[in-house]
Amino acid sequence: MVKKRENQDFVLSLLQERKGDAMYDGGKIIPGLVIFVGLMTYPIWSGNAGTTPKPVKPTGHEKCVKHKEFMRTSHMVLLNEWRDEVVRDGNREQIHIGDKVYDKSLQNGCMHCHTSKKKFCDECHNYTAVKPYCWECHIQPKETI
Amino acid sequence: MDKKRRDFLKIAGLSAIAGVAAPTALNTLFKGEVIASDHGGGHGAEPQGQGHAKIEVPTGKRFGMVIDVNKFHRYEGLAEKCTNACHSIHNVPKFTDPKVELKWIWKEPYEHAFTEHSHYKKNDELHNMPFMVMCNHCDAAPCVRVCPTQATFKNKDGMVLMDFHRCIGCRFCMAACPYGSRSFNWSDPRGKDKDGKPLIAKENTKFPTRTRGVVEKCNFCAERIAVGQEPACVEACGATKAMIFGDLNDAHSEISQVLKKQYTIQRKPALGTKPSVFYII
Repeated sequence: MVKKRENQDFVLSLLQERKGDAMYDGGKIIPGLVIFVGLMTYPIWSGNAGTTPKPVKPTGHEKCVKHKEFMRTSHMVLLNEWRDEVVRDGNREQIHIGDKVYDKSLQNGCMHCHTSKKKFCDECHNYTAVKPYCWECHIQPKETI
Repeated sequence: MDKKRRDFLKIAGLSAIAGVAAPTALNTLFKGEVIASDHGGGHGAEPQGQGHAKIEVPTGKRFGMVIDVNKFHRYEGLAEKCTNACHSIHNVPKFTDPKVELKWIWKEPYEHAFTEHSHYKKNDELHNMPFMVMCNHCDAAPCVRVCPTQATFKNKDGMVLMDFHRCIGCRFCMAACPYGSRSFNWSDPRGKDKDGKPLIAKENTKFPTRTRGVVEKCNFCAERIAVGQEPACVEACGATKAMIFGDLNDAHSEISQVLKKQYTIQRKPALGTKPSVFYII
């Protein structure tokens, strides 16, 4: 009990403005903190956040079924919609982009252009540390390497 | 108008009682009528078996199948051919242990397929006949009713299908299905057997596999019907016409014509599940 009281007094004394002896070893701690924070935030202010993922784009196909920005952030939403349409409603209407036709399917659609899971899917999924369970059932294309 | 407070309170009280009681009284009367007419219409506990059901006006498609057991008996190996065609197309793993095996379509003896029928003093030939059994794609499917996640559902063409993404592996459907048409993935179907051979001999890259902890069954080849193909087993039978697939609601379809001419039986009709698979014996 006495000890607790002492602690409280100590904290209070720290909070109160005191001249001269504001902090023990302040000369070491504050520069140390500055260096520490600087090092920790290095990737942010230096603009070098490690190797950014570079998914390999398919050759021979100019356009995806949606624009790049949408696919980058919301491809999983689209896949869920396709799943419900195809599996539950039996709506297998194909998607026409230019003169090309695409099936609403991960295994039989997406992966026909994006022929490598390793070079396309895994690039970003590993970077962002997400583990989608698509491939526990869906069969990924044979990796050529 | 000289109203006393006493009179005012009496009138207010009576109005309040009338206001509360009138709708209730009317409601009771109205409901009474409905119940009376309901009895007149005859929606009681009628037998729901297909043979006794009222003639329904069919809407939309209802896919069904006729299996000619005589032909399966005559053409040796046809049953295995059908099973292999189905199982290889749908990536069904081959477990040898009957406790964990997965089956979409397989053959059973008469005693197992038709447990409700009498087996006493039946002809010898019947007992040797291979009865191809699979999901009956019932019109009143109990598996659909019990599924807590709606992973099993009935599609617009009357097929009982599964959305494997949704299956949580509770196996209520397996308990509900009176035909044992459903199998559970006790272990990873992509694994290997005791001899180190893969359980799925050759993966069909057009169709997914399943994962551990989901239930699976025959899907009437919904993915093939959608692109204008016949179910895999029907295709395997080919010209033998041992299996006929088609729309039961279309009076001009081949299957309807066959059903009109031939005597057929269904599995466990008394349960009222209204199976869509018929057998010619």
